[in-house]
Amino acid sequence: MSLLISSPHAHGGDSIRANMLSVIIALLPAAGVSVYLFGWLALFLIVLCMVGCMLSEWVCLKMMGRPLSRLGDGSAALTGLLLALTLPAAVPWWMALIGCVAAIVLAKQVYGGLGHNPFNPALAARVVLLISFPLHMTAWLVPMHAPVFAAVLPLNLYDFSQCWNLFWLGPEAIGKGLDAITMASPLGHVKTEWSRGIGAVEALRNYDYSYLDAFLGREAGSLGETSALALLLGGVYLLARHTISWHIPVSFIVTVYVLAALFNAVNPDHFAPPLFHVLAGGLMLGAFFMATDPVSSPVTPRGQIVFGIGCGLLTWSIRTFGGYPEGVMFSILLMNCAVPLIDHYLRPRVYGK
Amino acid sequence: MSGLLDRFTTLLGKGAAKGAASSIELKAMIGSGGFSGGVHPKQMKITAGSPIVQSPLPPRLILPLKQHIGQICTPIVEVGERVLRGQKIAKSQGYVSAPVHAPTSGTVLAIEEHAVPHPSGMGRLCIIIEPDGKDEADESLPPITDYRAEDPGVIRERIRLSGIVGLGGAVFPTFIKMLRDHRHPVEMVILNGIECEPYLTCDHRLMLEHSAAIVRGLDIIMHAVEAQRGVIAIEDNKPDAIAAMQQALADIAFEHIEVRVLPTLYPQGSEKQLIQSVTGRQVPAGKLPLHIGVLCQNVGTTRAIHDAVCLGQPLTQRVVTVSGDAVPSPANISVRIGTPIPFVLAQCGLEDLSGVRLIHGGPMMGERLSRLNVPLVKSTNGLLAMRQEALYSENAVEEPCIRCGHCVTVCPVGLVPNELAWHCRNDQFDRGQEYDLFDCIECGCCSYVCPSHIPLVHYFRYAKGQVAKIEKERSFAELSKARSEARDNRLAHEQAERAARRSKVRKQQAGDAAGEEVSGAETSGDGKEDKA
Repeated sequence: MSLLISSPHAHGGDSIRANMLSVIIALLPAAGVSVYLFGWLALFLIVLCMVGCMLSEWVCLKMMGRPLSRLGDGSAALTGLLLALTLPAAVPWWMALIGCVAAIVLAKQVYGGLGHNPFNPALAARVVLLISFPLHMTAWLVPMHAPVFAAVLPLNLYDFSQCWNLFWLGPEAIGKGLDAITMASPLGHVKTEWSRGIGAVEALRNYDYSYLDAFLGREAGSLGETSALALLLGGVYLLARHTISWHIPVSFIVTVYVLAALFNAVNPDHFAPPLFHVLAGGLMLGAFFMATDPVSSPVTPRGQIVFGIGCGLLTWSIRTFGGYPEGVMFSILLMNCAVPLIDHYLRPRVYGK
Repeated sequence: MSGLLDRFTTLLGKGAAKGAASSIELKAMIGSGGFSGGVHPKQMKITAGSPIVQSPLPPRLILPLKQHIGQICTPIVEVGERVLRGQKIAKSQGYVSAPVHAPTSGTVLAIEEHAVPHPSGMGRLCIIIEPDGKDEADESLPPITDYRAEDPGVIRERIRLSGIVGLGGAVFPTFIKMLRDHRHPVEMVILNGIECEPYLTCDHRLMLEHSAAIVRGLDIIMHAVEAQRGVIAIEDNKPDAIAAMQQALADIAFEHIEVRVLPTLYPQGSEKQLIQSVTGRQVPAGKLPLHIGVLCQNVGTTRAIHDAVCLGQPLTQRVVTVSGDAVPSPANISVRIGTPIPFVLAQCGLEDLSGVRLIHGGPMMGERLSRLNVPLVKSTNGLLAMRQEALYSENAVEEPCIRCGHCVTVCPVGLVPNELAWHCRNDQFDRGQEYDLFDCIECGCCSYVCPSHIPLVHYFRYAKGQVAKIEKERSFAELSKARSEARDNRLAHEQAERAARRSKVRKQQAGDAAGEEVSGAETSGDGKEDKA
């Protein structure tokens, strides 16, 4: 006799595994672009992070006496993939592994495992890495298709063995320093130019910035954040499958756009244009894949809109006035803290009340 | 801020709903309101094309004395007495109650406790009748052919006498819903032909095969409550029923009744959700549909009302859908109330009940029966016999909540089921009530979509039961306390009275002693006597 004689006796067939799997599928275009830009290096990093996260999860489950079948829910694999896509391509392998352990052990299992973590594990791990290794985490490998690539990197990233050496031994293997093979991201460039008293428009002009490149992803940045197109494709897939709802990504991106447009209209020389903000950095990745992490985001539609607006406000403010060139990660983590409060106060209206 | 957001979200939501509706060709008739949330479970209406068949008489009929919400009935027949079809065999006791009638002619075999359809498998007092096969009718209730000429009170009394209750599954005595309250006149009667539960098709078949009786039944209700508008609400997954009802309306030329087609969405058949879909208004919390001038009746109930009024037949049979993957030939059967469920299943080719799980009602809200040898009752709209493998509730393994919020999206009431379940599971019932536990209608949408297979409704039921128990204990404790305090007061009062009396006697005696100088021995004797 089963414990559950209670209705409903039917189920829609959804599962945690299916949800995680559809997010992984939605990330494939972005992962593909990263391989296109950084060759085998990107693939190595993605595989390493996914394996690293799953191993950490396995050890934790084992130590906590939880059923090992939980490894099959795909959440650790997804965390690994997300973490990899937020890392610069030139990051040393051991640093990535530290990130994996931080994501699974510190940010997830310590709180009680899946469903109990207040912060997005991949982003929390990225913060750990950024604060511990600021140099490596802000050095963007020159992508294969940048005009300067041939001048700075005398190797073919599509060549397995060349990448294998570079991946395990670092740039010293080819007799170069980290600085020599990396470049600034558009956001980082704008920030540096500001500190020299140069406005955003001028900064973008001397960077050779193009909206099309930013949209397609032919620019420096973390593995998976460069191509707005690939991320949009994945986002639309998630929306179509009802894995995520539109509330967070739309309110997040619209807030950044509106704020940037307002300030840009007031002082177009100093403040970067709105489209630049929307296409730059980790906004697309963050809005569609990080802020929508179900565990660490609000559950009610109204709460999700407030959450998205908060993320947008913080992102634009950090980018414009903060010490870091990019604010997506911090804004999402800060808003994660506010989720219990948002969920408590922004419940839906109950029928007839 | 939040109000603005609300409007923003509903605007966008409405846009999406419009987009979905326009794809349906029946757009001209689509309802305007629409409740939030809801799911589209797999319909499984395999018996939609099976005409209603009449079940033969079983060797024995078991009639529970409580087949409705309210007080149990008292038998008014003796063991060994011969009864006729339609004869009242148990009378209502108290106001909220509905009498029980003999479904056929025969002899009363016993009046004893028998298992009834309930998840606990509990027993209840039943009248057991052995049919004599003659099926002779009791004709004490004359047909009322010209019901429009009768006083509405007469119609309601006929409905009460006929033992009619809500046949959609709630089994609330129908005559109570039809009482008139001059402060809240009924403007619109909504006929619930939604039947949103998967598998069930009995209302669908009734609308196809008895459309004229249903339309007349609706007219009777409208006369009884003096309503001007009648709406027959049907979902767009039943185009043949829509056509049949429209044809019936055209034949009888009723212009005060319209058919309203609603997009298919579970749980639209739930009274409050249906009212919102049809009228665009919500029933305020703690109020009845009557308070916004609406009365809802189910299709089956309406047909029973027609039969009771126009044919003089009390409620003694109903249509039930027998389906499920363990049933060889699923069907819609018209069955006498009190027929043992195994007998009904045997009509559909299911003889061997070993390993079969039986659900009383639909898969979304039905109850799993722990005992199979129970009678079919007034609330039985479906019987689903399932093999163990096919029954989700038996195979689900609960996983941690990932807060995906799907339960929030689909909840037709606007609850936050994941938070609510969290409080209920941890026995934080006051927090649960803060999260509107008692507004839950147990439709099961949240459990249906949960990717973690959390039995949310199960937790809500548990919490509701616990809260009721705690309330009962509290009121009992308060009563006991009041009683014990009253006893203490009374004792103290009595003691004080006695002491006062004694001191009065003493004073008197002391006064006597002082006045007459009686010996000390006498006074002490008096004192002893007083004590005794």
